Amino acid sequence: MEQAVFFFEILLPALMQGLVVTLQLIACSAPFGLALGIAVAVGRQYGNPVISWLCKTYVFLIKGTPLLLLLFILYFGLPSIGITFTAFVASVVGFILCNGAYNAEYIRGALISIKEGQMVAAQALGMTRWQAIRNVILPQALCRAIPGLSNEFIYLIKYSSLAYMITVIELSGAGKLVATKYFTYTESFAAVGIVYLVLVSITTIAVTILEKRVAVPGTARATPSAQL
Amino acid sequence: MDVLPILLDWLPYLLSGIASTLGLVLAALGLGVLLGLPMALGQVYGARPVRWVVGIYVWFFRGLPILVLLFLFWFGIFPAIGLGELSAFVVGAVVLGLRGAAYQSQIFRGAIQSVGEGQMIAARSLGMSRLTAIRSVILPQAVRIALPGWSNEYPNILTDSAVCYAIGVVELLTITSRMVTQTHITMPIYLAAAGIFIVLNYGGLKLLHRLEKRIAIPGFGTGAM
Repeated sequence: MEQAVFFFEILLPALMQGLVVTLQLIACSAPFGLALGIAVAVGRQYGNPVISWLCKTYVFLIKGTPLLLLLFILYFGLPSIGITFTAFVASVVGFILCNGAYNAEYIRGALISIKEGQMVAAQALGMTRWQAIRNVILPQALCRAIPGLSNEFIYLIKYSSLAYMITVIELSGAGKLVATKYFTYTESFAAVGIVYLVLVSITTIAVTILEKRVAVPGTARATPSAQL
Repeated sequence: MDVLPILLDWLPYLLSGIASTLGLVLAALGLGVLLGLPMALGQVYGARPVRWVVGIYVWFFRGLPILVLLFLFWFGIFPAIGLGELSAFVVGAVVLGLRGAAYQSQIFRGAIQSVGEGQMIAARSLGMSRLTAIRSVILPQAVRIALPGWSNEYPNILTDSAVCYAIGVVELLTITSRMVTQTHITMPIYLAAAGIFIVLNYGGLKLLHRLEKRIAIPGFGTGAM
């Protein structure tokens, strides 16, 4: 009986509060991560040499650095040079930077996979380079990038837990606090884990539906559907 | 406030942190292959219950954040089954390895499935047993096909190993934080740590790519993975 009381009156409410923060973190990061990814991919592929180099270096640096270290730099490091973020904002900025770099790689791959003839054809029809990218190349490329992008989105859900390491009490943090206070480590973290599994599984299903929706009839994708 | 002398002062600690980080990564990669390859074989050739168990294992370890897994095993599961005496380093390496196995099994599975089914039939028709066929015909090809994808696990595990900071493994990020709290120099030290991670990351990848070229069969592409 006591187990049930602990579960329903202590653990579950705490986790739900944490879940709200986790969802806020994701909702604030994902759209900007996608936008950054598109901008960096296009900049690297179609920009002038300087922009292209900048985009390439950005991806190189972010992919080489652990996300946790990036969060430490943003939250503990930046104040020493006069830039102070709240923990929540620092996490969101970190997630956007990280998500954007990985998204850019997938989008770039998709951009490359669009045949060059399409650009030539679009320009022959009188479009400018920029119009061709925006109206012809990008829509197709983004469709092809969906499996990769959704993988990154799922990573974002999971890595949002690292915000706890810079004091944001999100889902994992809420679980940790309950676990430490009531000495219920296995139960609390198992419950936290189940919530993440539910989030990830729902996303996987949603992505499969999205993929079917945006698929252009007659151009079936050869690669297997998005994995966790 | 010159940083270089401080970094040099701390060099032995930094090096021990690097060693610890690399130890975590190598242990996790090794454990990942050791568990991941049999899991992949089980998922492709195993009976239904085997496939089921492997599927659930993969779903579980790929669905949970590394931080939650570390907390779950370090505070919960290992102490509960009487392994509370294990050091943080061992727990970190084991958890990274268990999780790595889940990811790597899927890389190996894809590679095994990409070796044409006809090869198994041909091998069987030559009188090989299923096991011999897997061992001498399928695996030598599959492992080579899997290698490029498998190499990409290295940077993932390297960056995830930093999360072991959360359970108190004294790896590179932990050493970095200690340096920051003791010297009160923040940015330069963090950036130096980032630099070290980047060097480890791309240096290791370069070595792995060299290995790929070494074991490639001439004229036989390593597959489009």
